[in-house]
Amino acid sequence: MKYEAVIGLEIHCELKTKTKIFCGCATEFGAAQNTHVCPVCLGMPGVLPTINRRVVEFGIKAGLATNCAINQYSKFDRKNYYYPDLPKNWQTSQYDLPIAEHGWVDIEVEGEKKRIRLTRIHMEEDAGKLVHSGTTIKDSTSSNVDYNRTGVPLLEIVSEPDMRSAAEARAYMEKIKAIMEYIDVSSCRMEEGNLRADINVSLRPVGSEELGTRTEMKNINSFKSLEEAINYEIERQTEVLEDGGHIIQETRTFDPVRGVTLSMRSKENAHDYRYMPEPDLPPIVTAPETIEKYRRELPELPDARRERLEKECGLSAYDAGVITASRAMAEYFDKVTATGAEAKLAANWIMSDLAKNLNAEGITIEKSPVGAERLGQMILLIMKNTISGKIAKTVFQEMWTNPASPEQIVNDKGLVQITDTGAIEKIVDEVIANNPKAVADFQGGNKKAIGALVGQVMKASKGKANPQMVNKLIAEKLG
Amino acid sequence: MKVSKEILANVAGLSRLAIAEEETTRYQEDLTKFLAYVETLNEVATENTPPTTYALPMENVFREDDVRPSLDREAALLNAPLKEDGYFKVPKVLED
Amino acid sequence: MSVRLYQEPAHRLHGMLVKKEIKAVELTEDVLKRLEETEDSLKAYLTVTADNALQAARETDEKIARGEDIPFLAGIPGGIKDNICTQGIKTTCASQILANFVPPYDATVMTKLKNQSPVLLGKLNMDEFAMGGSTENSSFQITHNPWDLDAVPGGSSGGSAAAIAGGSAVWALGSDTGGSIRQPASFCGVVGLKPTYGRVSRYGLVAYASSLDQIGPVTRDVTDAAHILNVIAGHDAMDSTSAAADVPDFTAALTENVKGLKVGVPQEYFGEGLAPEVEAAVRAAIETYRQMGATIKEISLPHTKYAIAAYYLIAPAEAATNLQRYDGVSYGARVDGADLVDMMTKTRTEKFGAEVKRRIIIGNYALSAGYYDAYYLKAMKVRTLVQRDYTEAFQTVDVIMTPTAPTTAFKIGALTSDPLQMYLQDVCTVPLNLAGLPGISLPCGFSKEGMPIGLQIIGRALDEATVLRAAYAYEQSQDFHNRLPEIGGNAK
Repeated sequence: MKYEAVIGLEIHCELKTKTKIFCGCATEFGAAQNTHVCPVCLGMPGVLPTINRRVVEFGIKAGLATNCAINQYSKFDRKNYYYPDLPKNWQTSQYDLPIAEHGWVDIEVEGEKKRIRLTRIHMEEDAGKLVHSGTTIKDSTSSNVDYNRTGVPLLEIVSEPDMRSAAEARAYMEKIKAIMEYIDVSSCRMEEGNLRADINVSLRPVGSEELGTRTEMKNINSFKSLEEAINYEIERQTEVLEDGGHIIQETRTFDPVRGVTLSMRSKENAHDYRYMPEPDLPPIVTAPETIEKYRRELPELPDARRERLEKECGLSAYDAGVITASRAMAEYFDKVTATGAEAKLAANWIMSDLAKNLNAEGITIEKSPVGAERLGQMILLIMKNTISGKIAKTVFQEMWTNPASPEQIVNDKGLVQITDTGAIEKIVDEVIANNPKAVADFQGGNKKAIGALVGQVMKASKGKANPQMVNKLIAEKLG
Repeated sequence: MKVSKEILANVAGLSRLAIAEEETTRYQEDLTKFLAYVETLNEVATENTPPTTYALPMENVFREDDVRPSLDREAALLNAPLKEDGYFKVPKVLED
Repeated sequence: MSVRLYQEPAHRLHGMLVKKEIKAVELTEDVLKRLEETEDSLKAYLTVTADNALQAARETDEKIARGEDIPFLAGIPGGIKDNICTQGIKTTCASQILANFVPPYDATVMTKLKNQSPVLLGKLNMDEFAMGGSTENSSFQITHNPWDLDAVPGGSSGGSAAAIAGGSAVWALGSDTGGSIRQPASFCGVVGLKPTYGRVSRYGLVAYASSLDQIGPVTRDVTDAAHILNVIAGHDAMDSTSAAADVPDFTAALTENVKGLKVGVPQEYFGEGLAPEVEAAVRAAIETYRQMGATIKEISLPHTKYAIAAYYLIAPAEAATNLQRYDGVSYGARVDGADLVDMMTKTRTEKFGAEVKRRIIIGNYALSAGYYDAYYLKAMKVRTLVQRDYTEAFQTVDVIMTPTAPTTAFKIGALTSDPLQMYLQDVCTVPLNLAGLPGISLPCGFSKEGMPIGLQIIGRALDEATVLRAAYAYEQSQDFHNRLPEIGGNAK
């Protein structure tokens, strides 16, 4: 039998606020244990929560940016379960009236567009951190608790089970990441756990409408792990089903080192969260005018920006997609083109040489030693024929470690392109004289032989001759 | 309707309370009697009545996103039954 | 000295301090002496902070000596119910699970009180986590009623009411979730005011049922209640449910004029189970109002009889989650266990008392899968109807008058074997909490056995002023509030 995978994601996105969701403690990452805590986030007897206004604003903006309907009446609820990283033994979250519902985002995988529906977006508090004494939770005799992260604001973005492959899931999560970056509600630093996903995977026979039994992988925090976990799980479930077995509904952990998912073997007593309305927090009532105000404040979103780059800048769909996938890259691109640099050239340089260097050094585009302005100036030199594309690669590498302007570098290193016809003609004449065989081949009808002659000219000019002019001159002289 | 042992055990688990064998009957009886009493609520028609969570109508009470001082770690850990290196210490965690 | 200082209400003592007729130290010593005389019999206090009290009194005396103005409560000794967080002073909620808990912060009411430099005598006994109506559920000690040491003082603020009646505090704070200020005030013959939900910040009040809890004063007389409400009322940014409304000067309401006041008398509060002596005293009080020029109107609050059932689903459900935090992890008692779950379960099983566990079980039952709609949601809908009854009634009346409790104080142990019977004692007080309305209990007579009877006056939301005006007018026409109990021959 042929199976198809049914995949849904619950993405937890940590919000970029100064303070926690229900108290004034700082959210700053990396503080010493239990120093960003107060009676409220420690859940001490007698304390009461207060709602951080920014969290609500971010929740509404995230909803609008993902085509959700904003609930004009929304409220917080208590989700009850016991865990030592949860001081009150409930998580203040949202149950039946989340801030936003019924949205969608479009993704594209291998040229195919697809719409993924969002069930809901709700606001909630993060839990603290357990530090185990042993190497794993199971061989630890005790654990230590740090409550600094307790109460850091999160949005939980829940998709419908609309994805059918790891690639689609990845594209979806990339799109969510891009949107959250664009609207500036989260830093989306996956390595810090700012953005993490719980994945639900089930299989069903192709053509069936019924959902199979699903398994859940929690806290996946890289795109690579996301794809590997899903692919492994699809393979594993296929084998189980093909052997006539049944999938057990369970939570599995993904081991990124071995690339496998493992059963937690925990007692799967279905959690009874006993949700109840949070009586300590009055409801959030958002007037249509307020929603419209937030809508107007939204920046250009990835899809619109991509369309703009295609239409106005003439970029290919692929290039526009890559450039707009991250807000930082799209902004970098805009700054490059603002110098007057041609859009296609800008896109090529960003996606090739710049991306390669950034990757090699593991830094983000915001920290690139070659800023957008300088790259733009360099591209202008290419456009003015001051340097050739090939020389530009040398100039770019020099710029990486040398903060001087591209013009300065070109002058200092004597890399200015030769566009003087007389100077080029002199070299061409020499090359024709010294390469009778290539000349004979060309004149004998082998048009490709011109390449060897052009190469010789370029070599003799140390790459500085304008290649188009060289081509033209040789053709004229031998024609 | 009498509250069964199983239901009582489930609720005790949700409450993180252990009910000793000899207390079980008493708990079952108390709870059953109580539930019989609150049955009277079924005399009230509430199909079109909204629930009241908040004693007084209030909405949109927000705090600005300004950092306030946290507790000193000493003070945070003052009442901890067990602590270690600035952490709260708890026994072995078995369950998810 | 025939009249001792501890017998005086705060407003008179304040006048005496200002006029330099007495010193705060002298007053504090007298109340501490009274506390020593009575505490063996009453057991009202869980913690006594005598040294701090005397220090505070000395500071007030110095201020007066320097000719400074002093705020109302300066130098006047009072006690705090032990579920209100006091920074650096144990706050136990009368529970073993918080037996050694020292809050690192002050409740908002404490911050407000401290601005007045009062003399804080200590923390007062209560039913564990405010669950109970007799203070018999304290895990430390049973408080006795000053009018009959074999009787309960009521609850859950039994320590507060007993201390005021017995003279071991001039004023006290209590908390009221289903009657926990008013009913003990009634049983002990003192004044207890439950303000409108949200009038006083709950920040730092250890939560029992968050949507019902409210802090209020327990005092000798209505004037003191108005003064203390002035001190503790007001919006608090730390409590999102606190009312943003302006706070009037409540003492301005203390005129003796009730001419034209429309008094509603709901028939449902005078039904089965009401002791004849209580009914007679309350009806007599209402008759007094008529004679003073008030209009009396029979009204109906038809959903009253469902209030107890709704309350005993809502309050335990909220309590079940509120009390989940007591798990031995980051504060409070811990009983060691093999692993985390075992530790949590042992801690909660061994350190919570029977009534607290009973309510946690009820609450989790009402919230658990499959029962939520039938119990919790149903109760919240009935709550809406109870509230609407009042809204409708207040279209035509200004205040509503009822008994505070169906009986006078019962004997210690009389109801402990039947939890449901105990719950039914809250019949007159619980509906106000469901509706969030203010209510006061003040003495309106004594039974043949000499036990106090309380009159409850209910007002519109945020209209404590009218409640206080009505209460004051009646109080001034009687002398019940001047009577003092004789405690086991100690009270001389």
